[in-house]
Amino acid sequence: MSIADSSVQPDLSPVVNDGGQAEAEAAPGLSPWASAVRRLRRNKAALIFGALFILLVALALAAPLWAQIADTTPAKNHLSDTIVVNGKSEQVVTFDGVPIAPTWQTKFFLGADQNGRDVAVRLLYGARNSLFIGLTAAIITAFLAVLLGTLAGYFRGWTDAVISRSLDIMWAFPVLLLGVALGVSLALGGLKIGPIQIQGGSLWIPTLIIGVVSVVYLARPIRGQVLSLREKEFVEAARAQGAGPIRIMFGELLPNLASTILVFFPLLVANSILLEAALSFLGAGVQPPEPSWGTMLSDGVVLLSTAPHLTIVPGLMLVLTVLSLNVFGDGVRDALDPRAKVRLEH
Amino acid sequence: MGRFVIRRVVGMVVVMFAVSVLTFLIFNVIPNGDPADRMAGKNSTPVQIAAIEKEWGFDKPIYTQYVTTMEKVFTGDLISYANQTNVVEEIRRGIPRTFALAIGAALLWFAMGTALGLYTAMRAGRWTDTLVTVLALIGVSMPVFWLGALASYYLGFKLGLFPNGGYAEIGEEGLWEWVKHMILPWCVLATLFVGVYSRVLRSNVLDTINDDYVRTARAKGLSERRVMIHHVLRNSLIPIVTLWGLDFGAVLGGGAILTETVFDLQGVGQYFAESIGQLDVPPVLAVTIFGAFFIVLLNTLVDIVYAALDPRIRLTS
Repeated sequence: MSIADSSVQPDLSPVVNDGGQAEAEAAPGLSPWASAVRRLRRNKAALIFGALFILLVALALAAPLWAQIADTTPAKNHLSDTIVVNGKSEQVVTFDGVPIAPTWQTKFFLGADQNGRDVAVRLLYGARNSLFIGLTAAIITAFLAVLLGTLAGYFRGWTDAVISRSLDIMWAFPVLLLGVALGVSLALGGLKIGPIQIQGGSLWIPTLIIGVVSVVYLARPIRGQVLSLREKEFVEAARAQGAGPIRIMFGELLPNLASTILVFFPLLVANSILLEAALSFLGAGVQPPEPSWGTMLSDGVVLLSTAPHLTIVPGLMLVLTVLSLNVFGDGVRDALDPRAKVRLEH
Repeated sequence: MGRFVIRRVVGMVVVMFAVSVLTFLIFNVIPNGDPADRMAGKNSTPVQIAAIEKEWGFDKPIYTQYVTTMEKVFTGDLISYANQTNVVEEIRRGIPRTFALAIGAALLWFAMGTALGLYTAMRAGRWTDTLVTVLALIGVSMPVFWLGALASYYLGFKLGLFPNGGYAEIGEEGLWEWVKHMILPWCVLATLFVGVYSRVLRSNVLDTINDDYVRTARAKGLSERRVMIHHVLRNSLIPIVTLWGLDFGAVLGGGAILTETVFDLQGVGQYFAESIGQLDVPPVLAVTIFGAFFIVLLNTLVDIVYAALDPRIRLTS
């Protein structure tokens, strides 16, 4: 496990099991999936935090609605505006450059930032960007990791040698340094891969970087699992029926990898959101004026002494989101794999 | 065993070589602006640019550039494009700071993680166990720079308990001043790991606690304390030590970049962060190689220690 400091340190090691409190074996007649769902439904904490995550996603989707109520847009400056708070007229940003604190009313509900932009509106639009990056990067990671892990584990030989050695090299890279370096250079120049062209400020740049640098965490366990699955009787049976490699990989192996992927997925999303924040904090992620929790934090931290809400608000939102994913992911793991056989290989 | 060690060390050298080539290629292929162009300034003539290209060797084929750059890394003559300072000197200046941060934090998270893991395992299912689990999850869910900024501002600046960032040289300002500057960075960086470690240890202890040799130890009348520490903990610690070695390598190898930046420790990671802001390729390249070296070194050490402890590993891999 190693991308270090960074809370970016992914807690991708689903290692904890509940040793003592061994789950009662599933009732006879229930499929493994049904009994996993039943275990998950009994886990109140996981359900509550799962619901919290869905709520946060809903809030992010409702961002334009709140922007309409607050009568502004995420990028609109209100530097010279005044607003009536508790009967008193106050400036959105004072002459000394101190932005207004949370007003708890529709306009500037969570205060303003140094450019006189509405923090609540930016927070919700930022949620869209942060969640988009988190989810999309996790999908990219899962897709690449399954592809590489399955190919390496199934074909073995030189395919495995090439893929595994490449993963070894990726493993040796200081992930955060690589992410930051790529983020800064690509944000300036954009990215061109054949016909695909990505503009410098695009959200896809941090998304792709995060998606690719995380592959190694999932690809190794998948490969290990495929190596043992391919020797199982059902694979042999499929082969005896004349199934080709593609059919075996997608028809026989993939369904058996589903639980591993499901266990890792919420943790990957959580980790991607943290990595986005870290990259944006160092100027290598989402580019201004586009809001994201990372860029909001990065702008806010410098003003901690005069406007602490600029640091506390997006930070709490981020922690809440990542925490909800971690607790829910924990529950999913306990449900799918009560004896926690899925471990992160080193 | 000797052959195993040699194989691992050779593998390490190969991986390091690959990392250096890849890093070099990434920064030559990515369109990040022509370094000669930037060095020459805004109102430069093509002749000036060509002169700079010649002076710095940008006109040579890429493999020649790679070889000369790597030579300079090893001889310590690597020069920054942005401010013409010696990159290897700068890294050398940052090393004690990065090491101080990484070693202190790693010891702290190991000790705290072990203590909490053992404590919660012995109280599995009770409310203290749940509480620690919740705290652990909150700890891993926080962005380190956010926690660091808040701690530095509220505990350091507002309450005045700690200095507000910066690093103190032991030689100049004394041991106590140094410790005072390091306490917050250590604690903040360790917070991220304590949760993971305590939970891993807790599950390991719960796995071993029902093993036969533990029952034997109890049956022969050893005190509960002795059984827990000498029999259960000793065996549960092995995976933790592995994890610790890898995480320690990662933190040394650039993983502490955010903590260093937020507390202004001026370590190797912060040097990297400042250089990449100016797209200064030589420091970025050198720090990446520096980081990869520690990651690979600790990985290799962990493998070797593991193989020494468990002969089966030597035979299978």
